[in-house]
Amino acid sequence: MYALEEIRERARAAAEKPALYGSDLDLCTYTGEAGECAYVESLEELEDLEDEELARAGVEKSGRERSGSFVQIDGTVVHSKALEKGLEILGSREALERYDWLWDYYWNAVAVDADKYTADVELNPYEGYFMRAMPGSRTIYPLQACLYIREPRFVQRVHNIIIAEEGSELHIITGCASKHEIEMGLHLGVSEFYVKKNARITFTMVHNWAEGMDVRPRSAVVVEEGGLFMSNYIAMEAVRSLQTYPTARLVGEGATARFNSVLVAQPGSELDVGSRVVLSAPGCSAEIVSRAITKGGDIVARGHLKGEVGGIKAHLECHGLILEKGASIFAVPELEGGDPDVDMSHEAAVGKIAQEEVEYLMARGLSKEEATATIVRGFLNVKIEGLPPLLEREMHKMMELSEQKAL
Amino acid sequence: MDERSEERENMLELQDLAVSVEGKEILSGVDLEIGYGETHVLFGPNGSGKTTLLMALMGFPRYRITRGRILFCGEDVTTLPPDARARRGMGIMFQRPPTVRGVSLQQMVSICSRDDLDMKSLAGDMNLDGFLTRDVNYGFSGGEIKRSELLQLQAQGPDLVLLDEPESGVDMENLQLVGKAIRRLLQKDLVRKRSKSGLIITHTGYILDYVEADHGHVLCEGAIVCSGNPREQLEGIRRYGFEECATCTR
Repeated sequence: MYALEEIRERARAAAEKPALYGSDLDLCTYTGEAGECAYVESLEELEDLEDEELARAGVEKSGRERSGSFVQIDGTVVHSKALEKGLEILGSREALERYDWLWDYYWNAVAVDADKYTADVELNPYEGYFMRAMPGSRTIYPLQACLYIREPRFVQRVHNIIIAEEGSELHIITGCASKHEIEMGLHLGVSEFYVKKNARITFTMVHNWAEGMDVRPRSAVVVEEGGLFMSNYIAMEAVRSLQTYPTARLVGEGATARFNSVLVAQPGSELDVGSRVVLSAPGCSAEIVSRAITKGGDIVARGHLKGEVGGIKAHLECHGLILEKGASIFAVPELEGGDPDVDMSHEAAVGKIAQEEVEYLMARGLSKEEATATIVRGFLNVKIEGLPPLLEREMHKMMELSEQKAL
Repeated sequence: MDERSEERENMLELQDLAVSVEGKEILSGVDLEIGYGETHVLFGPNGSGKTTLLMALMGFPRYRITRGRILFCGEDVTTLPPDARARRGMGIMFQRPPTVRGVSLQQMVSICSRDDLDMKSLAGDMNLDGFLTRDVNYGFSGGEIKRSELLQLQAQGPDLVLLDEPESGVDMENLQLVGKAIRRLLQKDLVRKRSKSGLIITHTGYILDYVEADHGHVLCEGAIVCSGNPREQLEGIRRYGFEECATCTR
């Protein structure tokens, strides 16, 4: 408990510390109180969320082709159940009560005093999920998690801990969403991922917020020898501001991290989204791919690769399309090599849709609007290597759902 | 009534067509008539305006029509955008098409096709089996681009086929395949019921070994200087070069 006191102390010291990026939010303005929600044994019984709201968060209500589900509304865990052996899914608080050893993972990947948002999560009531794949367990079907905000002016604080034990495989589909009507709200999400030796985690996340929402996810990943972490992040709907910069540290030989982000900024939205990978062991590899489109909002697309030792390979790709006058994209690709024997590269491009491509499609019979839409869709259609077919299908389903509204 | 009967005669009619690119006049009054079921070839030295003519026919805005008009099946299409021309039955093979990332060849073929077609077998015919799921034109070789373009055109099935040097960059092995595809596009195996027409730019004339053409035209410095039997024209060009065409008063 001494350790927890120390954590609290650090959090208190950072309570006013602004984040390095993104607009600074005044946490005092979020005064919303969470409403009551009842726990349900099965998603079918869930009445607190409309089917459409669940679908927006990427949740398969029937639970078909899922190995378990977790649903949190505002500050309450309303459903949490794993359906397959070798998988565990619990609310974070319950998990921390149940497992003493879990405290070793608590604020281990993410620093509690990173900024006022991490501090705020520690110093206030929080929930979130704990997911764990037991050593050697492999499931084809993903776990699904949904974090939903219903109450206006509410701060949703979550602290997620995800562990893939040695040789295990864990696929997660997660959706974060809020009621469209809420004029103001804040999501603070801490996620700590631990990928043990030869384990793999794929994490596909779709964000469907509302115009008045501010969002500050704080994620970090530790990948051990031979492990793989893959993140697919989709954010296409309106949000007031979103700032996140997840970091993966590859600490064991041959560890791999891949980050794919697909971003669409609606008018008035402010997105500052990056991915960072620190490669600290030989044979590690990393890839960051970002596709950003602005329809009027401002995007900062960051990427940072840091090769600390020789024998690593890393690539960063950041492409942006500006569809409207007055919108902006600031691509910031950074490479940092600390050894002569690193192999690191990046490519970045920002601009408008190539006229030549539009005309090519028009010559095949598409109208100018259809041609533009096809190109935009294609632009966002990132090819993801190593994603199991089922997940690829699910991801495309989620993207299509977002695209229908966003584009 | 006279006009009507003329309309039936020609699929394409260019009347005194002048075209500028970036303010510079490239074509200075081209007259051309292509009847139903006819194939015409267009010869001409580099920079004579052959590609410009094709691009202007398809309606790309960079190729600005400053004078004259284009009649397609009797309709004035001079100011129509490319998609409207495509929907009316004009189809073009690009010489250097752009890569469209995230849009597969398969998607392109579906975009082109008017009705259900056996894409797999068509792709097989074009020796493009492994290419359907690839981003269109991404990393394609010169010959692969030609075959991909022809695959798309076959799906589209245009009445007027515009081909820009279909044989260039194609290896010997695939030349026959390309020739066959063009023959199919132009319904060369039909004689009496043939309705498809074509305008083919050729630099080398090799394509004439696979596709017989009805008329040939030589374009020099933005104008057609000679029209006639394509084989004879090619023979003349081979022997004397285009310089002779420019001065020939035949």
